[in-house]
Amino acid sequence: MLTAIVLLPTAMAALLLCVPRSAPRPLFLTVWATTTAAELVLTVIVWAGYRTDGGMQYETRARWIPSAGISYHVGVDGLSLPLLAVTCVLFLACALYAWRQTRRPREFAALFLFLQTTCLGLFVALDLILFFLFFDLSIVAMYFIIAGWGHRDAARSALKFFLYTFIGSLALLLGFIGLYLAADPHTFDIVELTDANPLAGRATYGALVLLAIAVGLAVKTPTVPFHTWLPPAHTDAPAAGSAILAGVLLKMGTYGFLRIAMPVLPAAWRDHAVVFVVVGVVSVLYGALVALAQTDFKRLVAYTSVNHMGYIVLAIGAAGVVGGDHEEARRLAVTGSVFQMVSHGLLTGALFLLSGVLYERGRTYEMSAYSGVAERAPVFAALTGVAAFASLGLPGFSGFIAEFQILTGSLGPQPVATGLAVLGILITAGLFLRALQQIFLGPLRLPATAPGADRPFPDIRLHESLAIVPLLALGVVLGIAPRFVLDVVEPASRTVLELLAR
Amino acid sequence: MTGMNENPLDLLPEVLLTASAVLGLLLGAWLPRRRQWLIGALAIGACGAGIVAAALAATEPVTTAFGGSFAVDPVTATARVVVLGGTLVVLALSVGPLRADPRETEFYVLLQLASAGALMLAAAQDLLLLAAAYLLASVPAYALAGFRKDGPGTEAALKFYVVGAFLGVVMLTGVTVLLAAGRTTSYPGLRTELAEAPGGLVAVGTLALVAGILFKAGGVPAHFWVPDAVQGSSAPVAAFLTTVPKIGALAAFYRLAAVPLADADLPWADLVAVLSVASMTLGNLAAFFQQDVKRLLAYSTISQVGYLLLPVAVAGRSDLGQEALLYYLAGYALTNLGAFAVVCALPGADAIDDYRGLARTHPALLASLVVCLLGLVGTPPTAVFLGKLEVFSAAIDGGQAWLVVVAAANTVASLFYYLRWIAPAFLVRGPTGASRATAGTAAVVAYGAATASVVLGLLGGTVLDVLGGPLAP
Repeated sequence: MLTAIVLLPTAMAALLLCVPRSAPRPLFLTVWATTTAAELVLTVIVWAGYRTDGGMQYETRARWIPSAGISYHVGVDGLSLPLLAVTCVLFLACALYAWRQTRRPREFAALFLFLQTTCLGLFVALDLILFFLFFDLSIVAMYFIIAGWGHRDAARSALKFFLYTFIGSLALLLGFIGLYLAADPHTFDIVELTDANPLAGRATYGALVLLAIAVGLAVKTPTVPFHTWLPPAHTDAPAAGSAILAGVLLKMGTYGFLRIAMPVLPAAWRDHAVVFVVVGVVSVLYGALVALAQTDFKRLVAYTSVNHMGYIVLAIGAAGVVGGDHEEARRLAVTGSVFQMVSHGLLTGALFLLSGVLYERGRTYEMSAYSGVAERAPVFAALTGVAAFASLGLPGFSGFIAEFQILTGSLGPQPVATGLAVLGILITAGLFLRALQQIFLGPLRLPATAPGADRPFPDIRLHESLAIVPLLALGVVLGIAPRFVLDVVEPASRTVLELLAR
Repeated sequence: MTGMNENPLDLLPEVLLTASAVLGLLLGAWLPRRRQWLIGALAIGACGAGIVAAALAATEPVTTAFGGSFAVDPVTATARVVVLGGTLVVLALSVGPLRADPRETEFYVLLQLASAGALMLAAAQDLLLLAAAYLLASVPAYALAGFRKDGPGTEAALKFYVVGAFLGVVMLTGVTVLLAAGRTTSYPGLRTELAEAPGGLVAVGTLALVAGILFKAGGVPAHFWVPDAVQGSSAPVAAFLTTVPKIGALAAFYRLAAVPLADADLPWADLVAVLSVASMTLGNLAAFFQQDVKRLLAYSTISQVGYLLLPVAVAGRSDLGQEALLYYLAGYALTNLGAFAVVCALPGADAIDDYRGLARTHPALLASLVVCLLGLVGTPPTAVFLGKLEVFSAAIDGGQAWLVVVAAANTVASLFYYLRWIAPAFLVRGPTGASRATAGTAAVVAYGAATASVVLGLLGGTVLDVLGGPLAP
């Protein structure tokens, strides 16, 4: 079942590439949208069949390269299932959003389908090499999306993105090899490694392996100081590409922490949890402050991602801090971090798609170029407003639940750091309000030329709202009735903490 | 050891190749020019039959031939299959451009002899045989490098020859010194003798010997010939020079590390580690701003020697080394030949800029190029990725973790120049024009090599199982 979910998009991509380029454009886009919809249906079926009592389900294991300890091993649990679902939702949204894609639609659809395979594959992989395979291939696919369909300085940004994240992936690989050699018998299987806890009692070795893995994942997350690839990559990527990059690819880093670093290296994690707390807080504050200084709307959204991902790093760091009687708090923090991944995926995905709408109309992201847009495009203004408020964590939206859980959970173990992190919310609120005011309120002013538009600044189109509204709606649903996700996540976060306490 | 085993059937692949070369030379003397492709067909047949013979021999127990001077073990078996397979690919690349060339026969004969030399290098278990194999692998290659008889080709051949002749003499000196130190030239004998021989003598002899091996492998500091020879010679020859002799040389290097020098009192691992770091770093740095694709691939192959030296550095100290080296060699050969096949398929495109807009004109060819170049970087699921994984694991297991960190950093650096080549191909508008004639066979070879490199990566498990096993006694 999971294998089918993972491989279906690539199979469809291969089929698309066999169709001649001269075929009508809607054919490619319809196939793409249909495939992503089918993926979502399959994932819903998996979710429906998932028992909420936790544990790994839908497991498949096959021999692949036994002499090197590598197997094809996939499965889902409460950590991966919500991310699987978010991935499918976002890819469907991107397929709908790209309905008017005119530049080489065949290759665009095929690349996105392939990218979907790598994302889904990473979240179900239970073998380190399989994980690494999808991790690397997602970089390759995203490189081609940015380089091929980006704007402005796309080639340069794509190269920077590739080199930067590839360095991270190699550090990750070194860490994986370290784990492999530490286990007896040598294996790359995550479940076996988790059971074996191979580095128990070997503090230095454990710290080195954790360092390699953490650097690799931190680049992908990205946390300060490894975030510098993110703003150019986001700004120059096509809107759908940015949505996937922020919504799904960033989660690979934090997911890796929860799936690999914490359960397999519990002792090393506990010893160095404070580092993660500090890095998390710095990311929260630094991301928010730099976002505050932006004049470019898309860059602003990009930097808020650093801020939002910082909360997750803070939470998982706080969960590892020993001492005190904070069992319940820690569980809340871990659950909140998974919830934040889901929530951030939906909301930032929506924000990037909205910034794409803005760019498509005005050919610039510069906020000072716009004013009073709400008058001309009220629906667009309303959607952006909703997305911005949701993103800053207003009650009633998923972001609030996530940040509330994270901050409440981290407060007990790490009061000072959490107190500082709360300031981040305040800054985010300020910067989003300022952006909304600048673009949407005041007297009407639009960039001088908007080539290709029949009238200046049309309101949101059907295919755009079909992509964006469901994302925001899901954000609201999760904000009001989060139980059905939390039921899945909570047993898994309990398991992570049990493993961490060994 | 029992008495002399002189069964020529143990050397069947080598005998087939040499026989086909000699027969081809005789046949070529009286065949009309437009029929000379028959010699190429004969060579292809000999390589194919040699692969079958090598595969069959690999199922037999490990043995030696000719008084223990020639090993028939997993290293030899793999080198045979990879060398002959590589030669087969080069033959397929050259049949088209050489059609009805006045010296068509000579080309095939030289190619086969050089390839036989690589086979002997991989299997030699005696210093004198190693020296003979060095000459057999080198001399035809000098002629191949200058085969086009134009300015760059002549310069390439001359430079190649001068460096090769010099380092060949140095290597013979090394053989002499080691003979003086160990009183024998056979590897198993040296293993016991060198452990007690004077350290200085062994060190000098080993260094001189390694100089020759490094020349064949194209590693730093014996790499000076690589960029010029590769750029100056025709693309199929360049593909050959950067792939086939290297396989023989690295197999020989590994054998030296694992048998005669295993117990010698030498900082062997450190020496190889330094050579490895130098190779990968210098190769990568020099490749950064190359415009000519052949020159870029030449520097890339220098850097690949660095990675290939990792398992040699831990030979005998990690169980993973042998499999890692052999698998990496196979994956590298396939991927590198694939990249060169793309170069062969676009005869007019010499510089990176000539690849602009390739995405539009030749998408399949570009896809092969992307797979091969990212394969050389080590992106999963290609064969070189698994090779790198194995090589890194072996090196960490053998206590050379710092070397692996350097290698990983170098891998990232190498990405830069491979992407510099790939990226312009996606630019929509390029100066399209005269330079877009393609060679059909070479394109098919490129598709095949790219596919095979992914398949080899996915089926790595089966292959790795075959590569283990003890060296010949």
